[in-house]
Amino acid sequence: MSKPLRFPSPTIGGRSPGLSSAPVRRPRHPVLGTAALLVSVVVLLPIASLMLIALSGNAEEWRYLFGSILPRASGVTLWLLVLVAVSTGVVGVATAWLVVAFDFPLRRLFSWALVLPLAVPPYLAAYAFAEFFLYTGPVQGLVRAIFGFQTSRDYWFPDIRSTGGAAFVMASVLYPYVYLTTRMIFLMQGRNIADVARTLGASPGKVFWRVLLPVARPAIAAGVALVLMESLNDIGASEYLGVQTLTVSIYSTWLNRGSLEGGAQVALVMLVLVLLLLYGEDRARRGQRFHAARGTHLRVRPQRVRLHGSRQLAALIIVTLPILSGFGVPLYVFGAYALRRLDQVGSPDLADAFLNSLLTASTAAVLTVALALMLINAVRLAKSRGMALTVRLASVGYALPGGIVGLGLLFVLARFDNAIDTAMRNVFGISTGLLIAGTAAAVVLACSIRFLALAEGALRSGLEKLPPNLDEAARSLGRTPLKSAVSVLLPLLKPAVLTALMLVFVDTIKELSATILLRPFGFNTLATFVYENASRGVPEDGAIAALAIIVTALVPVMLLSGALIRDREASM
Amino acid sequence: MITTKLRALAILSGAAALVLAGIFSVPASADGVVNIYTYRQPELIKPVLDAFTAKTGIQTQVLFLDKGLEERIAAEGQNSPADVIMTVDISRLTAAKAKGVTQQLADEEINKNISAEYRDPDGEWFGVTKRARVIYASKERVKEDHISYADLADPKWKGRICIRPGQHDYNIALFAAMIAHWGEQRTEQWMRAFKENLAHKPDGSDRGQAKAIYSGECDIALGNTYYVGLMLTNEKDPQEQEYARSIRVIFPDFGADGGTHVNISGMALAKYAPNKDNAIKLMEFLSEHEAQQIYAEKNFEYPVEPGLAPSEIVKGFGELKADALPLVDIGNNRKAASEMVDRVGLNDGPSS
Repeated sequence: MSKPLRFPSPTIGGRSPGLSSAPVRRPRHPVLGTAALLVSVVVLLPIASLMLIALSGNAEEWRYLFGSILPRASGVTLWLLVLVAVSTGVVGVATAWLVVAFDFPLRRLFSWALVLPLAVPPYLAAYAFAEFFLYTGPVQGLVRAIFGFQTSRDYWFPDIRSTGGAAFVMASVLYPYVYLTTRMIFLMQGRNIADVARTLGASPGKVFWRVLLPVARPAIAAGVALVLMESLNDIGASEYLGVQTLTVSIYSTWLNRGSLEGGAQVALVMLVLVLLLLYGEDRARRGQRFHAARGTHLRVRPQRVRLHGSRQLAALIIVTLPILSGFGVPLYVFGAYALRRLDQVGSPDLADAFLNSLLTASTAAVLTVALALMLINAVRLAKSRGMALTVRLASVGYALPGGIVGLGLLFVLARFDNAIDTAMRNVFGISTGLLIAGTAAAVVLACSIRFLALAEGALRSGLEKLPPNLDEAARSLGRTPLKSAVSVLLPLLKPAVLTALMLVFVDTIKELSATILLRPFGFNTLATFVYENASRGVPEDGAIAALAIIVTALVPVMLLSGALIRDREASM
Repeated sequence: MITTKLRALAILSGAAALVLAGIFSVPASADGVVNIYTYRQPELIKPVLDAFTAKTGIQTQVLFLDKGLEERIAAEGQNSPADVIMTVDISRLTAAKAKGVTQQLADEEINKNISAEYRDPDGEWFGVTKRARVIYASKERVKEDHISYADLADPKWKGRICIRPGQHDYNIALFAAMIAHWGEQRTEQWMRAFKENLAHKPDGSDRGQAKAIYSGECDIALGNTYYVGLMLTNEKDPQEQEYARSIRVIFPDFGADGGTHVNISGMALAKYAPNKDNAIKLMEFLSEHEAQQIYAEKNFEYPVEPGLAPSEIVKGFGELKADALPLVDIGNNRKAASEMVDRVGLNDGPSS
């Protein structure tokens, strides 16, 4: 049984005293602490309002849900999550390992190209995969041409409209999360430790299983948690492929059975699942934190193992397939449609949508990262578990479907605006109308609430890589904890901040449900533009916009990839 | 290096952008405007709205929502900018009324133009166009001239039927109509047998079913009438014309119990409409000849204006003998229909 190596390191936010022998008393920061609590509460408000709606439903509703819908939907969802977790875990770790530990032609190209599928939203991927793999698509067409089959009854072909198919689609576009986090940890700690292990005579295989994998476990857990949360909140792909997940049940209960209370009740059940997920991720991340102590880095970069012959071919196949599947297929399908709609390229509506997407995404990114920074700092300085728990709970919004978070936010904002309006009418006799609800700001807020987890996760990873005695070092130079946070910590967190900005930017470009629900008149983003055409049954009209989403998201995705390589090199 | 000042600047500019975004969203009640919240895609209603603006000079602002339209208006309350609600499917109209986001409108002009069976007796919603849910049948492989809804459960169709997902509004409305005619028990029996006749798991859109028939995946499918017209005249995607040409339309019925299932697209006056006069003008316009003509010619829908014929293409499908079932009965059975689809597992496809 392999035992992970244990380095007794103190952790930021942990309990062990570390280098100093006397207990360190850290002064509380009431302002920052209160602000952080306030922000967490505000972020949780939409979810709270939905929970209230859920609880206002009647018992008959609960009975129907528990009897008919929930068991089945939960089973489907769990199976989907297991499939996605295993496949993204395997693909993400395998590709990360190949790219870090070995050398083969075009390795550098692959190392950033493997992140490309992140630019494709799951709903677009589902559509593209369906077009590609269904009876009328090129793959089955080829099979029929080669083998001479005439109808679908003559042969068996896996159906993409199944839980397995949906898992395939989601894994294809979400594995980059695991790849990114795992590659980062392999680069930062893995290679040196691996080298030490090799000098002790371990083969590359043993190095992988007994050294690298245990070291990377927290990173893999973080990546897989992100993947699972994105899979949980997805409505587009599951609905399109006919998979009855919990999220699909939320919407069908709300819309088809006319019961928002019932839908909210299903969301409540999903919330329990999400909390379990977050808890699992925390357990996996605990216990092993390795800090990049600069002193122990080797001066000379360890050599990658050069691959030849069949091994080289195998490696090339393994790194090419995920890119072809997650990025190539959507590009092919939408590219083919787009070629027939090139007239759309100059259209002012499309340009409008593009600008709106950019504006919303950049504002949301800045706001979300600022909030996450504040929350993380508050946790770090306050060192209370209650605070840490509240802030962690604020990440829950990520796993809930966008339309549901949007709905909750709509209720909260509308109440807020109407309350102010009533107050103004009573006191001053003027009506202020709707202030935030029904404006683009509501869309930005919804995205911030949804993607806070992303920003928080990226920043936390950055924070964990820093030595804990940084605080003490800064304090010994006479800076208060807050000042040390700003002038010492922040510059060191710059790569993490950039990562967080880009992750939120990309996800906001892809965001659809909350945007449709909350936007003002005449406000289209690229995603809503695609949807308005796809829902008419004419997805070809949205193909150019779909490509625009992918391309717009590509830029930060590639910057992200590059930034992480530079980060690693800078820390050496 | 990101200093305190830079960080504050970043946060401030984020906040400023938020405020600007809020300010620069178009004001909802300028003069000469009517605000429309719609479940119908803007492309589909653009022709009639453009004609309205050309005739009256009143600008229209359109907000397309795919879900939560009633919730949004209800949450916005008094300050909601919505004037007119436009939607598809009778149950959406009755849901809007039930949610309390519509207001009563007793307008002589509209009531004259739209016959009573297509509007709410309380005047809270009005049907503007009709569409029938019919059978798309392969020209080469289906010899029958007439197939009733009940026939679809006959084992002779095993493996030959395609439909879009069972929980889609159009299908739910049809199943609700079946429950209204046949009762729950018989409808469930029918649905179980129907499920076994499916060629594969329900998926895609109505247009997709035509494509499936063209490619030989199945022989008959359920779909709405206007898609056929839209596909036959699709210049941007000539392939769709092929799909449409490979099928013909068969008008199914409920035998002695009723005719072909029809549904409506409709409009309602929003409860807190800030531009009520303009809204009423728009609603009158939509019920009048010019708009009805556009709906018939451009969207290939059946107009509700009595005596106005649909477009030539639609006439070519055959004669529509609409089911006389009161539309509200469809709305009332919607929940039961949706639960039945789940119970029977229609979306799982055939078991073999």
